[in-house]
Order: sequence, then C-alpha cells, then structure tokens
Amino acid sequence: MTLLKEPDFGTPAREGAATVEVTIDGVAVTVPPGTSVMRAAKEAGLDIPKLCATDSLEAFGSCRLCVVEIDGARGTPASCTTPVAPGMVVRTQTEKLGKLRRGVMELYISDHPLDCLTCSANGDCELQDMAGVTGLREVRYGSGVEAGANHMDLLKDTSNPYFDFDASKCIACSRCVRACDEVQGTLALTIEGRGFDSKVAAGAGVSFMESDCVSCGACVQACPTATLQEKSVVALGMPTRSVVTTCAYCGVGCSFKAELRGDELVRMVPYKDGGANEGHSCVKGRFAFGYASHPDRVMAPMLRESITDPWREVSWDEAIQFTARRLREIQAEHGPGSIGAITSSRTTNEEVYVVQKMVRAVFGNNNVDTCARVCHSPTGYGLKQTFGTSAGTQDFKSVAKADVILVIGANPTDGHPVFASRMKRRLRQGAKLIVIDPRRIDLVRSPHIEAEHHLQLAPGTNVAIVNAIAHVIVTEGLADREFMRERCEGVEEWETFIARPENSPEAVADITGVPAADVRAAARLYATAGNGAIYYGLGVTEHSQGSTTVMGMANLAMATGNIGRDGVGVNPLRGQNNVQGSCDMGSFPHELPGYRHVSDDGARDVYEQLWGVPLLDEPGLRIPNMFDSAIDGSFRALFVQGEDIAQSDPNTTHVHAALAALDLVVVQDLFENETAKFAHVLLPGTSFLEKDGTFTNAERRINRVRPVMAPKTGKQEWEIICEISQAMGYPMHYDSSAQIMDEIAMTTPTFAGVSFAHLDRVGSVQWPCNDAAPEGTPIMHENGFVRGKGRLVETVYVPTQERSTRKFPLILTTGRILSQYNVGAQTRRTANSAWHPEDLLELHPHDAEVRGINDGDMVALSSRVGQTTLRAVVSERMPVGVCYTTFHHPVTGANVITTDNSDWATNCPEYKVTAVQVALSSAQVAVREELAQRPVVTAGD
Amino acid sequence: MSTTTVPPHVRLANEVAVQFAHQPFEVAAAAVATHLRDFWEPRMRAALLAHVASGGEGLDPMAVRAAELLRPAA
Ligand code: SF4
Ligand code: SF4
Ligand code: SF4
Ligand code: FES
Repeated sequence: MTLLKEPDFGTPAREGAATVEVTIDGVAVTVPPGTSVMRAAKEAGLDIPKLCATDSLEAFGSCRLCVVEIDGARGTPASCTTPVAPGMVVRTQTEKLGKLRRGVMELYISDHPLDCLTCSANGDCELQDMAGVTGLREVRYGSGVEAGANHMDLLKDTSNPYFDFDASKCIACSRCVRACDEVQGTLALTIEGRGFDSKVAAGAGVSFMESDCVSCGACVQACPTATLQEKSVVALGMPTRSVVTTCAYCGVGCSFKAELRGDELVRMVPYKDGGANEGHSCVKGRFAFGYASHPDRVMAPMLRESITDPWREVSWDEAIQFTARRLREIQAEHGPGSIGAITSSRTTNEEVYVVQKMVRAVFGNNNVDTCARVCHSPTGYGLKQTFGTSAGTQDFKSVAKADVILVIGANPTDGHPVFASRMKRRLRQGAKLIVIDPRRIDLVRSPHIEAEHHLQLAPGTNVAIVNAIAHVIVTEGLADREFMRERCEGVEEWETFIARPENSPEAVADITGVPAADVRAAARLYATAGNGAIYYGLGVTEHSQGSTTVMGMANLAMATGNIGRDGVGVNPLRGQNNVQGSCDMGSFPHELPGYRHVSDDGARDVYEQLWGVPLLDEPGLRIPNMFDSAIDGSFRALFVQGEDIAQSDPNTTHVHAALAALDLVVVQDLFENETAKFAHVLLPGTSFLEKDGTFTNAERRINRVRPVMAPKTGKQEWEIICEISQAMGYPMHYDSSAQIMDEIAMTTPTFAGVSFAHLDRVGSVQWPCNDAAPEGTPIMHENGFVRGKGRLVETVYVPTQERSTRKFPLILTTGRILSQYNVGAQTRRTANSAWHPEDLLELHPHDAEVRGINDGDMVALSSRVGQTTLRAVVSERMPVGVCYTTFHHPVTGANVITTDNSDWATNCPEYKVTAVQVALSSAQVAVREELAQRPVVTAGD
Repeated sequence: MSTTTVPPHVRLANEVAVQFAHQPFEVAAAAVATHLRDFWEPRMRAALLAHVASGGEGLDPMAVRAAELLRPAA
C-alpha cells in the first residue's frame, strides 16, 4: 500500500439525519444540521484552503484562510466556523477570495524559515501545501530573516524522547493546544502572549518533558507544520507507504497506520477509521515500538538438556523434533495429563486457537490456560453467571451517552489511556463521576474534572461497597422494578437478601472505611442521574472475591435497568491487547472456543468431527493448579506461549519452585524472559509487526493485525505449533492465518460471520458476528440477555483471609502506570523508561513518618512470603495504612511479595491485597549513617 | 503460611464452600459440588475425595458433603 492519507473534513461530523441542503460552487449537498460550510464542501468534493481547522477538533477560526462568499451574507465569513443553513449558496473560489488568501499566506510565510527542501516535513506540511493551493508567488515583506522581527531564532525543545518542538516553524494555529485539550484531555499546552508574541508553551517556562505532557502524540498529529515532529521522521525521512494494523499493548485495541520507508518502520500514526480509537493514541502504541527490533530479541531456536547448561543455538527442525519427542516421552511415562500449555493474551486469536487445539487434539487433555487467569478470569465467570456471556456489554463510544460513570478498581488514564480520553471528554461535558478506589487516581481530580464521589475504600472490601450501593437502591425505592420483573430472575430472593441490615452502608462502614452518607449519596446518583455506566478493571478482579464483585456490579446494572442500550452497561477494561480474544478462543481449561463447557456434547462433537479425535469432557488444570501439580509431581511439562509467568504470577518463590520441578519447559517468546531461565527449549516469537491475524479488544472488537514486515525469525508462531503437532503425530496444517480464522468461524457460532475478507471490507466487527448480526454487535443484551433472563445473584461479602497484623501492618496493592506495560518486557526496551526507570512504592505521609522514611529513600518491603527493595514516594494519594507499587521491572520483583490467595471461583490471584511491612532498607540506613558522620560543609567552603 | 500447611485442594474447596454458606446446607453443598465438577480437574477432585476418606482434616463440613455428592461421578 502507498502512503495512506485519510481525508480531512476540516471540522467534526455532526450526528443526525442529513436534512440541510446547500449549494457550494454549484454543487448541491445535503448534510446534518450544525455541519460547517467547510465540511459540507468537502463532502461535495470541494477543498477549501485551511490551516487552523482539522476534523478532529472543533473549529477555531483564527487563520482566515478558509474564507468564502455566501449569497445574502455580508463580508467573507470563515467556512470552518459557519454552520450550513437551508438553501445557502456558497462560493469558495473567486478572485476576491484568492487575494485574501494570498494575503494571509504572505504573512505566514514572511515569518517562516524557507528551508522546505531540507525540512523534515517536506511533502507532509499543510503550510507548504497551502502556499501552493493559494498560488503564493512572492512575499512582499521579505521572507525569513530579512523580514524584520520574527520567531526564527527560537530554540528547539528536544526534551521529549519521541518528538521535537521547533518553535521557529510555529504558525500559532493552536491546533496542538486544542488537540491536547479536546482529544487527549491533558491540557498541557497553552498559547502564551498575544498577537505577534503569541507562542505555544508546555506550561510556564518548562520543557515538554518537565510539563504535564503524557506524550500521547495528539499535538504532533494535529500540527500542520514541522513544528511538532516525530524524531524518527527527522532521522529517517518521510515514510512512503502504510500498513493498517492494531496496537499490541492494551485492551483498548487502537488502530494504527504503520508508516514505512522501504522496509524500515518510521512511525505509527493513529488511524482515524479505527473503531476503538478514532484517530487517537497513547505513548505506548504511538511511540514505543522500538522493542520489536531490539538487539535482545531471540532470533534462533535454542535448546539445552538441563536448565543449568548453557543455551545451544539449533535449527528449527531440531528444536521442533526435540520438543515433540520430549512431550511424548513424558506423556508415555507419566500419563496423558502430565503435560499442558499456557496461551498468551499478547498473541493473535489465530495463534491462541492453534495452541488450544494442540492441547485438546494432540496432547489429548484440557490442560490449557491463559494469562487471563491472573487478570480477568473473574469477569468471565461473573458476567457469564449473570448475563450469560463473558464480555463487556458496550462499545467504547457508548460512554459519550453516559450521564453518570462509575469507575471501580480501574485507573483508565494510566491503564487504558485512549478510552480515558473519551471518558474525560464526556466528563467535561458534564457527566457525573463516581470513583471507587483505595488510591486517589488521577481521574478523581484533574483539569476540568472532579469526581462527585470518591469512595476510598479499604482494599479487599469491594463486595461490601457494591452491596451497600445496591442496598440503598433497593431500600430507598430507586430500583427499576419493571426492568427487573421483565428481564431478570431471582428478583425477590435478591431483593430480600440485599435489603438485609448487614448490607447497609452504615453496617459496612467500619469494614470499608467509607462513611455511610457518601455511599448513600453515590448510590442515589448512580440510580437516578440517567444513563449509568460501570467501568472496572483489575482492582475488581484481582481479589479473593473478584468474581463476586463482578456479579455484584451486574446486579447494580440490572437493578437500575442500566443494561441493553447506549450509555449504560458493565464494562471490563481489559489489561492486555488480546485478553478478550484469548478467552474467546477457548484457552480456559473448562471451555472450548466460544465459552462452551467441555462437557457440552454438542460443542465437543463439532470439534471431534473436524479434528478427527475424541476430546476429553473433563476440565483441565488451571495455571495455579499446574504449579501445585508440578510440585506434587503429577504435572511434568509445560509449553508457555509469550507469557512471563516467572515474573508476572504471584508468590514468585512458589512459581519458581514449580517451574524448576518440571522435566520440560518450552518458552515461545520475543526475549529470554524470566521464565526462560527455567526453560529447556526457547522458540523465538514474532512481534506484532510481523504477525498476520486478529486481536479482539475489550469491546469485543475484532481488529486485523497485518504484517508490516516478514517474520524476523522465519516462521509465524502458528506454523511452529502446527509443526510440533505434526511431529507429535497429528497432522495439523494451515496455508495461512486466514484459514485458521475460517475454522474458528465455522466452529464458533458467535464468530460465524468473521473472516479476514470481511474484516478487510468493513474494518472491524464486534462479536457476535453472524447471520443475525453481519456487521457485529456494538451493544449486547438489547432485547434479552444471552442467557435468557438476567440472573440476580446473592453476593455475600466474605472478607479476604489476608489481614494486616502487627508484623505486617500495611496493605499493599499493585497496579500499572501509563508509560510501562505489565512486566515491561517491551516498554523497558524503549525510551518509555525515561518516565519510569524503576518501580516505586507509594505510601501515605503518616505511614512514612512513623517509619522515618523520606521521599526517595530506598525501603525494604516484606510480606509473609518474601521481601524486596525499592524506592519510596511519599504521597497523599494513598490512604493511611495502604501502600502501592507497580510490577514493571524484574529487579524489584514485586510479585516476590504477593501471596497465593486467589479468587474463590477462578483462582485469579489476589494481587491487590497483601499485608506488608515497610522499613528503611539497610543500604539506606548505611547511607544515612555515613552522611551523619561527614563534616558539615557550609556555603562558601 | 497457608500454602505450606494446608494442601491446595483443601484450601481451595474451603474457599468455595464459604461463598455458599449463606444458603441452606444441602442446597449449598450441591452448588459447591457443581462448581467443583465444572471447574476442577479430575486429579484435584480425586485428591479431595482421598482427603475426605482419610478423615477430612481441616475441611469445611460443606466441602465434605460436596465431596460425597461428587463421589459417584468421580
Ligand atoms: S503529546 Fe499529548 S499530552 Fe503531550 S502536549 Fe501533546 S497532546 Fe498534550
Ligand atoms: S506547534 Fe504546530 S499546531 Fe501548535 S500552534 Fe504551532 S504550528 Fe500550530
Ligand atoms: S491505548 Fe492501548 S491500544 Fe491504544 S495506543 Fe495506547 S496502549 Fe495501544
Ligand atoms: S481554517 Fe477556518 S479560520 Fe483557519
């Protein structure tokens, strides 16, 4: 594909039916009310010159290049700020307009360096284009340095690792400022000064890197000149071709244009037609792709007999034969159930599908699990029990129709930034916000946004809070009883249960630490403010009662009728890019693709016919069960697809012991990760730039992942799985990944209408996609729940067994930050580390003071299972008694601390609650003592 | 530390049992049994049954009852 340039309509589209007819340069066009003349012209195929307008931003009307003549109107109005009116007659090209436009351009050019030929934006600069379009031939005021006072000696700000700000090229159109305000919602930029002196600034007197900028790239995207420019374009030159693909970081699933020059990837540009992101991005997807060509990548298969031996580089054939032979030998010796696999949420649907097929059809057992076990398995259980299917109910767009947004256990501005931008836009428009989180996340108070209620609960008490909210709704008569009567079952029992006094906000206030009045007020708001939408994350699922909280939230939505239309719903914010997809593809040990239980004869029959082997009807081992069985000796070999269980799973000591006990560990990954230290075979994986397949995001949207380059390792990951299967004696062959998707569609009713060809045609679809919904299903449960009636579940609060004690008096909770990603295998290998070079421990000033800890000190963090050392940040965001850290860096090994407590229903680990103690580290104590002994040096010495 | 003193199948079964404790005993035990049948790999259920057979130390009575309900199917 050549370089793809999406059309720019100048101003955003307006919703509604096209009812206003206008005539522009003799062409009749009909558009929705409120559309600008500029946009209407573009829709009629006419380009009006413009500089300060672009269709991602509301019109601003500053450059005056877009002037037009309108019959009956005085003067020459700006077409970007003038809405259409019925019967309007517009002229966009007249001599008078041409003259006005050349005058405007002349002024701009006189204050602009004329180094177009050597400028990094040459060929991609709207100023350059407009000079051409308006026919500018001379600049009467002189140009460049001859023109007197100008901005051309302004300094370049190169502080951001990914883009430069060259103020000398700025035309003060303010597109960057508006992009930061309207699209991203960070409000980091301002225009300083007035008139000729006005210039863009990232805060008062600070560089981009020192400012509030989160490096989302929206301003770079919006800038019409080379003022804000990617460093990679400066270094490599303008790209010449594009491939549309999908970000491989988080569950938002943003679409990007990978722009290349020859075979070299120059930049990733968010794709306007991307259903999830509609042209926006965050720092990870936009800039942090350098890991794909990092020298640490494993490029050839490696083998060793024992994990104490050095690695030996081998051919693909040797690695595959060895793997197959050892797997079969182990099964022969220890039984068919002694081996299994873990699929990854980082890989494509097609890659996951073939791994679970290998386990079920070739290994002959159901010992397949996915890393979703440790993040969103409670979502699967909870939403299936209540609604009948394991997925969020809405598309992302739906948030624009919400009137009250309840965010629980999620930190979208860090974890799901592009969705957070959508949410923040709605909040700035006036939707109300309730945040339930132990930590004061950014959303609670940020520019132009303030949560109505922040219920700062004690970690581990989600169920108590959610029940208390439901209690208020039911006992104060705020429930939508008609909805419940018509659409739900178990209503009476549930109402009786939830109305019991022990579920009242007053009764649970001591447990949750949240004043009852606040809970009551939040409940009233959620139930009565119009459309109520719930968004949640791992702060809900990663608890011993994760599944119960998910069901509790489903109860809330059903009790208030907030389900089945735009603006409402219950929505998991998925962690990894393909968590949804890996679960959909049958990577749970109890479920075939499409969430059909292995005991479902009809579903098994479909696969038995197609695969030609009998399938086991009993569930297999979950990840924690695999570890336990490895230690007791009944589980002996594990195939790990792209997941670093040794770092990301809880209670590292236990995991390491389990891995070390295995006879064979096969790791398929980009890097020699922590798990690879326990491996006998290391199979190099492919990065998302090399993959050909699909990812499914948190809104069930199936997006194409198109290969930007050939696999650097010579093989697609699914090909390797097929070859291992063949070598184990089972013929498995596909010509392409499209063929794998065809098999998925053929066997899975919710995917029946999906194919690569269909996706190429329509862009993306949200499952279910079948004959009943050929274009997919943005909103679920519209006229009935997937399971028929929605099920209200009695969600009893059972406290976690993890309690603070005298020895471990604080509660540790964990999370992630914007610039890093999970175990950091990718992001640590990019310049993103500029923002987060190490994991930090946040704790409240009081907790710090009583321990003699200052901001920046190294501290020892210990729990009953382990100890680690990291740097402390003293922060009022934390409540007293609770501390917080991330797990992005292996040196910290935050999971050395976390325990093996888990969700009762799914064994999702309880990452969010660990009783700990924090103390100054011995190294820090030594530093202090040394400092104390030094002679005091006074100024002037 | 729970993991070193209590075998995993006992700990996990108890954790499931306590979630259903608000229901009448037999109803709850049946729900626990269904959960274990749907989500537990046979060797874990076998380990649970063996534990019950050898006295069921540390096991919630409801989990013991659930194990009995599982026995014919196991
Ligand atoms: S990169 Fe994003 S956050 Fe930073 S200034 Fe630009 S728009 Fe704002
Ligand atoms: S930096 Fe770019 S977008 Fe911002 S005002 Fe200058 S020219 Fe316009
Ligand atoms: S929000 Fe998520 S999917 Fe989108 S660019 Fe950022 S990391 Fe990628
Ligand atoms: S594009 Fe309309 S005033 Fe600038």
